[in-house]
Amino acid sequence: MAVRAKTLRAVAVPSPAAGAPSAAGVPDAALGRPAGGGRWRGHLGSLAFLVPAAIFLGFIVLYPLAATAVRSLFDQSGANFIGGANYKTIFSTSDILVSLRNNVIWVIVFPFTVTFLGLVFAVLTERIRWSTAFKTIVFMPIVFSLTASALIWRAVFDLDPHVGMVNATIQAVSNVFNPPGLYAGALSSGRTVASLARTGLEAGPNNSLLSTGTVSPGQAVQLGVTGVSPDILTMLGAQRAAIPSTASGAVTGLVWRDFSPSHPLAKGGVFADEDGLPGVTLSLIRADGSSAATTTSAGNGTFRFDNVSGGTYRVSLDSKNFQSGFTGIFFLGSQSITPTSGLDKTAQAILSIPLVDIAMIIAMLWIWAGFAMVAIGAGLASLNREVLEAARIDGATEWQTLRRVTVPMLSPVLVVVFVTMLINVLKIFDIILNMPPGSSQGAASTLALDMYNFGFTGTGDQGLASAIAVILFVLVIPAMLFNLRRIRG
Amino acid sequence: MSVATPAVARPAPAERERRRRWVPRPSRVVLNLVLLLVAIFWLVPSIGLLIVSLRPESEFTHSGWWTALTAPSQLTLNNYQVLFSQGLKPGGLLDSLITSAAITIPTTILVTVISSLAAYSLVFGRWRGRTAVYLLIVALLVVPLQMALIPVASLYKFFGSISGYNPFGTVPGVVIFHVAFGLPFGIFMMRNFYAGIPMDLLEAGRIDGAGEWKLFRRVVLPLGVPAAASLAIFQFIWVWNDLLVALVFLGGSPHAPLTVFLFDQVRELASNYWVISTGAIISIVVPLIVFFSFQRYFVRGVLAGAVK
Repeated sequence: MAVRAKTLRAVAVPSPAAGAPSAAGVPDAALGRPAGGGRWRGHLGSLAFLVPAAIFLGFIVLYPLAATAVRSLFDQSGANFIGGANYKTIFSTSDILVSLRNNVIWVIVFPFTVTFLGLVFAVLTERIRWSTAFKTIVFMPIVFSLTASALIWRAVFDLDPHVGMVNATIQAVSNVFNPPGLYAGALSSGRTVASLARTGLEAGPNNSLLSTGTVSPGQAVQLGVTGVSPDILTMLGAQRAAIPSTASGAVTGLVWRDFSPSHPLAKGGVFADEDGLPGVTLSLIRADGSSAATTTSAGNGTFRFDNVSGGTYRVSLDSKNFQSGFTGIFFLGSQSITPTSGLDKTAQAILSIPLVDIAMIIAMLWIWAGFAMVAIGAGLASLNREVLEAARIDGATEWQTLRRVTVPMLSPVLVVVFVTMLINVLKIFDIILNMPPGSSQGAASTLALDMYNFGFTGTGDQGLASAIAVILFVLVIPAMLFNLRRIRG
Repeated sequence: MSVATPAVARPAPAERERRRRWVPRPSRVVLNLVLLLVAIFWLVPSIGLLIVSLRPESEFTHSGWWTALTAPSQLTLNNYQVLFSQGLKPGGLLDSLITSAAITIPTTILVTVISSLAAYSLVFGRWRGRTAVYLLIVALLVVPLQMALIPVASLYKFFGSISGYNPFGTVPGVVIFHVAFGLPFGIFMMRNFYAGIPMDLLEAGRIDGAGEWKLFRRVVLPLGVPAAASLAIFQFIWVWNDLLVALVFLGGSPHAPLTVFLFDQVRELASNYWVISTGAIISIVVPLIVFFSFQRYFVRGVLAGAVK
């Protein structure tokens, strides 16, 4: 028990410089101080020292507590008493229920996760030589404003793999297993594959393009495509389009960009300033739709299927030329990670977990894990080492020592960190306001954000905002009692 | 100085040696690798923001910031030059920086001074009910400031109607609010520190006939400097980083602090990311300097604040 109290104090209180014992939670009488009472004469001076604090606390904290509680019982105008109607509104409006749900998600997931992470880091850093550097790095985000941190993580989770690191990483991995087509870029502005056909081509099955006419061995086809940007062609090393020569027993052809800057309106016909499309995957399709052969176009756009048996075929530009690879996950979006189809609107509001919540929780872990680590580390340092040594000498493994000795001895610190983080996320505001884009802000909202929105934006409803504030206050009362108990010892 | 030093006492060399022998080597390599990855994970997002702020705007959606790692020639201070060349334009970056300082510095001083005074009274005063007042302060530690926003806004307007000066929408209005909500923690922290000062030091002074002010000024205040420093630095960073209070009391004002400046930029949507990243870096630099200069004090303040 003595160890517990000591640990707790190590976290809760900065100890005075000259090694004087810290006295948080020690009743005044125990410190040998005159326990109040007695003469006022001569001590009015020290009471006057309390006046500035009393004025600030009275007008800006205490009076408003009562005023907000009263205001929450009045309507939007503030003139009409409506009893508990604002509270009823809170629990029957699906938008506010969404916020309440998000608060519940935060409270369930965050304090536990951050405390656990802090414990892991605190224990592990005891075993490395560069623990100071590690702790500084992990602790640093605490001094950033939550606004700045939200913007940092908004970029990290950005949908565009050119901006967002997470999507860029997933894309890099995905491209190895499922490479995008060379001409996927042609479809980026929402165009269909069919719209790329210009000469001798039409839409084929499954987002492929198919030659309009049939072709037999010894013949050549010319397939004109449009909508491919010169940038892509330059990147692929395209050469000027060449008229394909015919060969017996082979189907030959040209696939080219059918757009001539000098003859912008000409359709068909290969001009001197037109480029071939390199690297296009083409298939020779039999009348029954099956594929007879596959080939790839050369730098000047020509291609050739050799040893083709007699018959009529069509040539297809396979869909994989145009298939886009991984284009990004909308981590900051409102799509739910729990299935909610078939539920009514209120049930959906209560039961869905938007992806953006997960992204924000990760950002908050990044911000606060350092605090948990340092607080728990301080507790760890003040543990009685002899108990740990004894456990080890008795043959306990590292894991057993941690699980059975260290963690129980640390539990007062763990509880303090947990409660601190609990209060912290109940009031979470800055991250919600700045990290999700406008489209998912509603799905990510929390009570603190609703309180601000109802209270200070648009037409608003300060009665409703006050009621939300009161709910936040009621939710922190257990933490308040916890603190009071802890201080009184 | 380091984060670790004040918090974690280094084990004695002998003990460290013993512990090292206990852990088998391969697992130590793995442990170091894992923690190295964690450290990189923690650093990379901030480095990304820094690099984005150092790249030309046109590069932002064109290629990822990480491409600058292999092509450092694209880095430029141009974004910073543009923002600072706007000078003191209301609502500009430099104006926001000054507003942030105008809010943060007075708040920090007032909280530290008023808390020290009140804590002195709570510890060394001889009036009845000191414990009750202390418990009230502890109870107020966790009060969400949302409970006060609406009434204080009305109070400011009411004060304006009777005195002609309405603090709503002004820097003093924000400062007053921050001071009040900084006090419970400030008093809590100072009180706990003062409670460790031996009573004899004051009794000697009292016998010599020193008044309360003199005892505070000459004995308690100098002894309390470490705690006051922790409180001041904690308060400085807390207020510097505040968004909500500034948004409510200075939202529509032409002079807003950095956090509100950033928020406004985010609301203007997408294309101004160079302003956002550059502004965010500038907003981070100030608390970072404070943090690295006074790390030990800040960590103490944060640990003591493990209730706020």
